[in-house]
Amino acid sequence: MDVQLKRGLLDVCVLAAIKSEDSYGYKIIKDMKPYMELSESTLYTILKRLEGAEMLTVRTAAHDGRLRKYYRITAAGCRRIEEFKSEWAEMMSIYQFVSREGDEHA
Amino acid sequence: MRKQEFLSDLRQGLSGLPQEEIDGRIEFYSEQIDDRMEEGLTEEEAVASVGSVNDIVLQVVDEYPFPELIKVRIRSRRPMSALTIVLLILGSPIWLSRLIAAFAVVLSLYAVLWSVIVSLWAVFVSLAACAVIGPVGGIGFAIGGYVPSGLAVLAAALVCGGLAIFAFYGCKAASKGAARLTQKIVLAIKKACMRKGEAQ
Repeated sequence: MDVQLKRGLLDVCVLAAIKSEDSYGYKIIKDMKPYMELSESTLYTILKRLEGAEMLTVRTAAHDGRLRKYYRITAAGCRRIEEFKSEWAEMMSIYQFVSREGDEHA
Repeated sequence: MRKQEFLSDLRQGLSGLPQEEIDGRIEFYSEQIDDRMEEGLTEEEAVASVGSVNDIVLQVVDEYPFPELIKVRIRSRRPMSALTIVLLILGSPIWLSRLIAAFAVVLSLYAVLWSVIVSLWAVFVSLAACAVIGPVGGIGFAIGGYVPSGLAVLAAALVCGGLAIFAFYGCKAASKGAARLTQKIVLAIKKACMRKGEAQ
């Protein structure tokens, strides 16, 4: 897959993983596993990037006698997901057009 | 491998990056390992499942922008004493010329690599041009009465066309190889920068 495309997809996937409730690193990886394999160092880079873009906020909370970082989506993060959905609706209609052309000549 | 051993190896491997970046990653991996142990993995299994230190370091360096690495190197230097500055200026004919030479060597290697690619594509373009223009010339000869010459030119054009198709795939593969090689060289330079950072 194209690197730029994959990077954009990963960003949105991570946002989607924290959309319904605050989540933490390991849980994000587990939640995404059925859809996309994600390494820890990639996740770290993505979380930093999204934090820098103010699409999520980080808080540290005590858990079982140690600290754990929780990530919460911001309004900008939610907007990014909506943007992604409308971009892909457009993409899907292009995809349908492209596949239909292919079928006619097959 | 134990968690502490893993984290200290990772810290060692990442030295050369900004301190904040190193601390952030160490904290992150520590949490990842704890979370896995909480799920029932043993310490060794948890460490193994986050990957090898080497792979992690390679990936981080690869993702890290080159200009940032250089900035860290410059910033991490201790302030220079007056003597050092005087020595640096006096020594500039030596180190400056060496630096320029090193830079020129890298640049020329890069230029050589890509000139090979450019010349390969030039071969392809000329073969393709022969294949296109050849038939026109051949027909011209034939109309002018030189039928055997015309046929020979036509045949040559066909041969060129065939070679051009082969050459196209060859050129494409060579370009891809050169791009990959360039990427590898950049990664190697980045790693060298990080090693120098460790030494300080």
